Amino acid sequence: MPEELQIYAPLLPEIILALGAMALLMYGVFRPETESEAETVGWLAILVMIAAAITIVWYGNGTVRLFEGAFVDDAFARFMKLLTLGGGAVALMLSFDDFRNLRIMKFEYPVLVLLSTVGMMLMISAGDLIALYVGLELSSLALYVIAAYRRDSVKASEAGLKYFVLGALSSGMLLYGSSLIYGFAGSTNFQVIANAAKGAEVATNLWLIFGLVFLMVGLAFKVSAVPFHMWTPDVYEGSATPVTTFFATAPKVAAMALLVRVTVGAFPAIAMQWQQIITFIAIASMLLGAFAAIGQTNIKRLMAYSSIANVGFALVGLAANSAEGTQAVLVYMAIYVVMTLGVFACILSMRRADQAVEEIEELAGLARNNLPMAFALMILMFALAGIPPLVGFFGKYFVFMAAVKAGLYPLAVVGVLASVVGAYYYLRIIKVMFFDDSKEKFEPVRFKAGAVIAAAALIMIFGVIWLGPFTDYAMAAAQSFTFVK
Amino acid sequence: MGLEAFFFYIFSIAAVASAILVIIARNPVHAVLFLILAFFNAAGLFVLLGAEFLAMLLVIVYVGAVAVLFLFVVMMLDVDFAELRAGFIKNAGLGAIVGGIVMLELIMVLGFQSYSSQIIGNPAAPAPLVTDNVTNTEALGRILYTKYIFFFQVAGLILLVAMIGAIVLTLRHKEGVRRQSIAVQVARTPETAMEIIKVAPGQSVFPKNEGPAE
Repeated sequence: MPEELQIYAPLLPEIILALGAMALLMYGVFRPETESEAETVGWLAILVMIAAAITIVWYGNGTVRLFEGAFVDDAFARFMKLLTLGGGAVALMLSFDDFRNLRIMKFEYPVLVLLSTVGMMLMISAGDLIALYVGLELSSLALYVIAAYRRDSVKASEAGLKYFVLGALSSGMLLYGSSLIYGFAGSTNFQVIANAAKGAEVATNLWLIFGLVFLMVGLAFKVSAVPFHMWTPDVYEGSATPVTTFFATAPKVAAMALLVRVTVGAFPAIAMQWQQIITFIAIASMLLGAFAAIGQTNIKRLMAYSSIANVGFALVGLAANSAEGTQAVLVYMAIYVVMTLGVFACILSMRRADQAVEEIEELAGLARNNLPMAFALMILMFALAGIPPLVGFFGKYFVFMAAVKAGLYPLAVVGVLASVVGAYYYLRIIKVMFFDDSKEKFEPVRFKAGAVIAAAALIMIFGVIWLGPFTDYAMAAAQSFTFVK
Repeated sequence: MGLEAFFFYIFSIAAVASAILVIIARNPVHAVLFLILAFFNAAGLFVLLGAEFLAMLLVIVYVGAVAVLFLFVVMMLDVDFAELRAGFIKNAGLGAIVGGIVMLELIMVLGFQSYSSQIIGNPAAPAPLVTDNVTNTEALGRILYTKYIFFFQVAGLILLVAMIGAIVLTLRHKEGVRRQSIAVQVARTPETAMEIIKVAPGQSVFPKNEGPAE
């Protein structure tokens, strides 16, 4: 690499992904329109993601700011980017078989997933309000399209449209908040904003706080935190299941990373203000996620409410405003991604006569028909419910410990109560699988889904062994920020 | 009152009035036309600020492309606006309360606070002085392709996604449609276009398998 370009090395993963997406687009356009060609594009896209992940590990070192601070590469960004890439790649791999079944196996899907991932990585590295917005739009725009990817289905079209309209509204809020913040600080750069907020008196701060509230509304929509969660169940249910798998993993991680970066990175001086907001949406998300999921009969809708609740738990860590809290967010999101991928691989395996079934009732008696799958799903459900010694328990443990250390006792108490309520509907699935009268058999589990289910379940059981080094790594990532009390 | 202030008030009043008319106009086509008027007035305000490039951009992009597209959509889609209004009126009360509260808060914050002195201290990209003899377009170009190259490139990626998305969601290949292929037509020669058949007495000119319909 020429010396002048050396400084752009931290941008290499994004460049690889973007150029890879364009190259695959060309490949897809000029090759015959067959399903096997589309699958080739899909595997190549996964390769591109792996290449990007390798460059992150290879070149990543210390904290680098490019383009006058608009792009920040630090340990936190690298952690979240690896998680996003991992979640995205596995979700992409799981899509191949199902898309063949649905007859929508086309090369555009992997390309859109790649471009969306570029947007997410830019979100994670955003150090500037404009960078935040363009990254968010790049990832969201691709997500709106793939939500409606199964375009012959009315429900998928509805999901895409609903997501798009509400997403555009939330972008508008976010931009309005950004403009107020820019008006206050005179700069879009997070560091400059942080400095400006430090010196300002409380009275002039009002302007900043107003902007902050609007900004948080936009971001809360993207992580689907209550009260901006309305789109989630419909989009999860309406989109094709492989698309839902992607929605539940990579974008959640990226949006959560962005939330951490904005609050801790740009507004450390007025932490009291955003802690209130985060505390409220965390409590509301945990409670609504727990109670609204009880009445669900469709497993995709159930997972939507489960994801709302999980976002609430992760936000508890952010509300703590400490290195431990951010570490807990990182660990929680990593565990959440693994659990979610495992559960969605199970949902993708719920097929009869080449048709996907999505009702929880259909799982009845799975233990008699397919014991390994029932057992793995049981482990994943126990992990989601947070039962020790599964890894899922430790995610919640770190989050609540961080809240207790920060003195947020009510938040921790509500969190524990919400996870008890949440345990009810996770355990109900286990009850249906093991104790209800057996229904017709599902089709055999396909290799890719089976591998993901097995890997996720094994990580849940044996992951405790690597938990120590992993949390240390997360702690190093969390220390990219300086926390102001 | 100077000439500049005079035009400022003309443009602002017209912009606000046409913006209100966009919302209350009964005919959707009229609403779009008022939107275009609002854009023109905003362009006028930009000219007053000395940002002639942005003014032209507003006219070309928003009036020329976006508003005309709106007009097409409004005219081509058969949207029942009376029905939409009915839903609007049902929720208008609640919306008015929430909107009113937010409006009050905004007035409290923005009306009675002066913004931080910091903004005057550090403008992101100061406009060039008139004496520098640098045009608007040149000044924008200078920072767009240097300082803001990162945002510029990502914006390009967003447009790429929009293009792919539009194609993915709307393009359908219909089976059995005969399209005109000019290359094939031009490449035809008498040899490929004609077949010379010797017709023996008492025989038909139809090829073997394609006899006349019976």
